[in-house]
Amino acid sequence: MSAVPGSPADYDIAVALPRNGVTPPGLAARGRSMDRAFEWLTRLFALLVFSILGAILVSLVAGSALSLEKYGVSFLWRQDWDPVKEQFGALVPIYGTLLTSFIALLIGVPVSFGIALFLTELSPPWLKRPLGTAIELLAAIPSIIYGMWGLFVFAPLFQAYVQPGLISTLGHVPGVAALFEGPPIGIGMLTAGLILSIMVIPFISAVMRDVFELVPPMLKESAYALGGTTWEVVWRVVLPYTKIGVVGGIMLGLGRALGETMAVTFVIGNAHRLSASLLAPGNSIASALANEFTEAVGDLYFASLIELGLILFAITTVVLAFSKLLLSRLARREGVRT
Amino acid sequence: MLNVRPHRALGFAAAALYCVSALAADITGAGATFPYPIYAKWADAYKKETGVGMNYQSIGSGGGIKQITAKTVQFGASDMPMKPDELEKYGLMQFPAIMGGDVMVYNVKGVPSGAVTLTGPQVADIYLGKIKKWNDPVLAKQNPGVKLPDQAISVVHRSDGSGTTFIFANYLSKVSDEWKTKVGEGTSVAWPTGVGGKGNEGVASYVQRIDGAIGYVEYAYAKQNKLSVAKMVNRDSQVVAPGEDTFKAAAAAADWSKAPGMYLVLTDQTGKTSWPMTGASFILIHKQQEKPELAKEVLKFFDWSFDHGDSMATELDYVPMPDSVVSMIRAAWKREIKDGAGKPLY
Repeated sequence: MSAVPGSPADYDIAVALPRNGVTPPGLAARGRSMDRAFEWLTRLFALLVFSILGAILVSLVAGSALSLEKYGVSFLWRQDWDPVKEQFGALVPIYGTLLTSFIALLIGVPVSFGIALFLTELSPPWLKRPLGTAIELLAAIPSIIYGMWGLFVFAPLFQAYVQPGLISTLGHVPGVAALFEGPPIGIGMLTAGLILSIMVIPFISAVMRDVFELVPPMLKESAYALGGTTWEVVWRVVLPYTKIGVVGGIMLGLGRALGETMAVTFVIGNAHRLSASLLAPGNSIASALANEFTEAVGDLYFASLIELGLILFAITTVVLAFSKLLLSRLARREGVRT
Repeated sequence: MLNVRPHRALGFAAAALYCVSALAADITGAGATFPYPIYAKWADAYKKETGVGMNYQSIGSGGGIKQITAKTVQFGASDMPMKPDELEKYGLMQFPAIMGGDVMVYNVKGVPSGAVTLTGPQVADIYLGKIKKWNDPVLAKQNPGVKLPDQAISVVHRSDGSGTTFIFANYLSKVSDEWKTKVGEGTSVAWPTGVGGKGNEGVASYVQRIDGAIGYVEYAYAKQNKLSVAKMVNRDSQVVAPGEDTFKAAAAAADWSKAPGMYLVLTDQTGKTSWPMTGASFILIHKQQEKPELAKEVLKFFDWSFDHGDSMATELDYVPMPDSVVSMIRAAWKREIKDGAGKPLY
């Protein structure tokens, strides 16, 4: 789709060959062997990906053998995490990881969509570039900076102004009251989710913007010519055309949210307790690993931490597989309709 | 050509340096993070004097124990002493090298540093979630004349495993049966309540930020950052403030000679001026040495540090080991650390 067929770019390689069209035999043979060597090299690189993935999986399973043996599947829903009595279970960190990532996407996806929409459809041309660059810069900030900013700047403001408001309003609404209970301490699951949403927005919005720009102008202009509003054009034309890219961008953001370590450790509160309230401290898999690996003395303790890593690995794999499945379902349904 | 010469000279100097360091083998150790600043300072001074470098990796006590049992380092360091049977199992000996202590820090509006006094059982009840408010009758009775507000106590603890936590949990286990059975002691424990901060700095920043918070940090950290520190009631029912004198008193009160394998935790010691949450950091070394010349260097290093390192330790707000304990450590070296032929190395 990139270049118009027949443009000189497609024939660039011909320019390098001798004008009379006959290639000297030696040159051709060398070219072929180089080609083959290159093919093997790229194949090797591709295989390297699989072997690294396999090696990681094997070492995670081997490392967690002890806790796999002791707890089996019950590790997934056991709630205790007691290094002294050597009782371990993954429920609290799994819950924390999924909940904070969910909050991050709940806020991050609509905001990113808005940013991408503005950049591709509404923004005046002079603003496009600086705004686009600003978003890319946001993606380049190291996560520890987000963590420190979250702890020292965001959490105090959140504690002083937002949390008391949430507790006094939503905290009395039947049904969601349990989600907003407890003293406002500034840190906790909700804070971690909010920081994560800020961290995933640049990723998701950058991908969305790029794929929105790939929509052929003719399609959009036809829709506008039929009298569509900007919203209708984006919702009915742009989004269906780019849904694979959009889902890919969301998955990229989700991947970052699930595995984020330092920023979450700073603001999640690091408490191995399950609580309904979003304002209460919790723990995530990545932050439990970051906190406890250095001083994990017992063998079972160590194995349980590695099994947490294995679970995180499994969660990301499932999420990826699920998104692929979703996309293929969507594609199939389209095939039926037309 | 002129601008090439300095480079070449530099190259020669580097080569010469390399030869020197190759001759005097550097020793390596790994483990606890708490004593890292002082070990690094000692190593620096020792290198200047003897030319022998000491490379210490502060990877945590757990890592230190792993590395010394795998024999990848010449010594390990741990904030939690190993039990005598564990030492026997791995063929290790341990000795304390430096002391410090935990202090309780708090953030209550209108209550200055040093105004609050706590007992061990009260701290245990706060961390068990049983004492929930600053104006709890128990705390009010302990602190007559202090205006403690009607405010929730926010408990802050360490989220990472740490020697600081070990000292704290060990002390609470000694003074509270409920703590001992419900929580116990270790470098990380299952906290019944509160939020976790990463490192001393994490706990300190939570305490400073959350109104009504209480936390425990290492003494040096509290002092250098001017946090509000509580006084404690010690085993002899005396009110003491944390400091070098009270830490030293705790170390002097301890009877190391009666502790097999030097397994001794300095918390809750007797003595009128003993600080109840004092702790020592330990060095682990193999008894039977495959590389006697390196082990000799390790012993020489700590020998030198015990002789010359006290003022450096005090500068960094650590507490050096008392002389009586040092002479016991030296006797233990002579008795226990041997080369392949069974000859003592010290």
